[in-house]
Amino acid sequence: MALARKLLRVNLTKGTCVEEPVNQEWVKQYLGQRGLATKYLTSEIDPKVDALSPENKLIFTVGPLTGTMAATGGRYSVVTKGPLTNAIACGNSGGYFGNELRSAGWDMVIFEGKSAKPVYLLIENEKAQLLPADEFWGKSVWETEGGLKKKHQDPQIRVSCIGRAGENQVLFAGIVNDLHRAAGRSGVGAVMGSKNLKALAVRGTNGVSNIADPKAFMAAVKAGKKVLADNPVTGQGLPKFGTQVLMNVINEMGASPTRNHQDVQFEGARKISGEAMHEKRESDGKTHLVTNQACFGCTIACGRISRIDENHFSVSTKPEYWGASGGLEYEAAWAFGNANGVDDLEALQYCNLLCNEEGFDPISFGATVGAVMELYELGVITKEEIGFEAPFGSAEALCKLAEMTARGEGFGKLLGQGSKRLCEKYGRPELSMTVKGQEFPAYDGRALQGMGLAYATSNRGACHLRGYMVSPEVLGIPIKMDPQATEGKPAMLKAFQDATAVVDSSGLCVFTTFAWNLNDIQPQIQAACEGDWSMETLLQMGERIWNMERDFNLAAGITCKDDTLPPRLLNEPCKTGPQAGMVAQLGKMLPEYYELRGWSVDGVPTAETRTRLGL
Amino acid sequence: MQITLKLFASLSDYLPDTARRTNSLLLEVADDCTVGAVIEEWALPPRMVHLVLVNGEFIPPEQRADRRLREGDALAIWPPIAGG
Repeated sequence: MALARKLLRVNLTKGTCVEEPVNQEWVKQYLGQRGLATKYLTSEIDPKVDALSPENKLIFTVGPLTGTMAATGGRYSVVTKGPLTNAIACGNSGGYFGNELRSAGWDMVIFEGKSAKPVYLLIENEKAQLLPADEFWGKSVWETEGGLKKKHQDPQIRVSCIGRAGENQVLFAGIVNDLHRAAGRSGVGAVMGSKNLKALAVRGTNGVSNIADPKAFMAAVKAGKKVLADNPVTGQGLPKFGTQVLMNVINEMGASPTRNHQDVQFEGARKISGEAMHEKRESDGKTHLVTNQACFGCTIACGRISRIDENHFSVSTKPEYWGASGGLEYEAAWAFGNANGVDDLEALQYCNLLCNEEGFDPISFGATVGAVMELYELGVITKEEIGFEAPFGSAEALCKLAEMTARGEGFGKLLGQGSKRLCEKYGRPELSMTVKGQEFPAYDGRALQGMGLAYATSNRGACHLRGYMVSPEVLGIPIKMDPQATEGKPAMLKAFQDATAVVDSSGLCVFTTFAWNLNDIQPQIQAACEGDWSMETLLQMGERIWNMERDFNLAAGITCKDDTLPPRLLNEPCKTGPQAGMVAQLGKMLPEYYELRGWSVDGVPTAETRTRLGL
Repeated sequence: MQITLKLFASLSDYLPDTARRTNSLLLEVADDCTVGAVIEEWALPPRMVHLVLVNGEFIPPEQRADRRLREGDALAIWPPIAGG
């Protein structure tokens, strides 16, 4: 097996760090990262546990290709029960933290219990210790990362930590590494904060060993890199325009949720698009985009590094934000922009900087602001409650709300609970654009029928990264499907969900799948790992992981009634564009999806399915 | 008749400077103009003509040569792209 075969169990209540062997039988069934860590979590905690209680656990984990020479092999995941959804939560991040943990020789770090005082975990290869974090508590992600490197006099330490949002248990707080890469969704940062765990600081110099067949691995990796380089998407499109290239196409297709999903096209989309980021600003003659950036081992380099306009109202007196930093990526740009009707690119970047600095999910934050603005325009929430006017389109309100959420101030405390709880408080639950408590990302489930099904069935609530049906419905990858059709969508979605679970368990980035299919990935896993990792084995493993997550959610009290969409998507048709008149036709797809999954009509895996998958 | 041509991502380079900030320009075309004719007229490389939408509706490659445009149509074209 390519992994190091050992995990670190950290009991925060007792203050202990203990090395354990990794269960190799489970490795054969779940490979690593998302799959293996979810197996550990679901075996060790009661699914009904309060996500923010000491009884929940928090697992940092790498895959067998993390830290290797495989293209994009730098990913790590954080697995826990999520406080936003009360479902399984699994955040996946790039940057340079995952490979450092792998190079230190650990497959997984399991945190359990709760520390009496703020602490951080320092790992220096085999040595691991919990240290007081009083000096970092109350500090931002950026201050913490810089402070830890300075304290330990090692600029090469890699840090994964929470900011004030995680400390304040904002329910969509994330965990940030390398200043602007994040395990961003489902509130994994709030769980970390609930445990009084500020950071992991890791230095690994052991490198990666245990590659089963190094010669075959090098050949498979080389072949894979050539496919990525030759593909126009991963070789040219993503490096130049990043994910933000989607802004205009999704809008043209009438699939861009706008103003809390009241509309599906945003008149200001062009002004906040990837193309706009390349243009010189009229104010200072500089482009917003400075350069692209790659995570560890990545030959795609889709990341955006931008410089905000120093004259913009949000930062004109705050020079600490004037340097080049991460963003904007498409999902964040949509959530700050389209979801709230804000077309001010600089304001969007300011909010993005705050999300990185204080560690909270831009998608859930932006989408929750959308609900706030609709409630404000309906007169349900008043100016007095918020502290200022907050109509759709107000960049000033958006920026102020981001600051208040980051610091847990005033109305920001309520906003930090997410749109489901906020809309329920005001007696308008139907205005929360969420599934299982998590806010939608940047594609409308009415305009793209397959995405509607993907949202409804995602194990971590509304999410685009569990089954990216945008690929076939918009981009034509691997084949072009009619976005309005329901036929064939359940089968395609199941294939995407299972394949994504494989990629998320390997240490690779899911963006490789714009060029690679599993036929490109399988030889890399097979060469790196001992045992049978045939296509059949991998596909069944992906299905096993999906069903394991489903089982956890069912035991947590989430049922088939939660496999649905907000009434707005089911009943209010798209108003404009080529999808005008469409609603999400979930009822046409869900029964077939359950059947393909081998589930009962109530969405429960049958005994036959469990037996087949070894669950 | 008049249509709107929109070129995005790397295809922006094929637009005149005056149209770069909007990614679009108004075009005067013949009444029987097809999608394929516009692509040919603008000398867009076939490998960069991936996603072709008319008023947001996807036009498959095999229909582009014959797909007639109408007054006021918006023809939008992207090279191979992805994101998420």
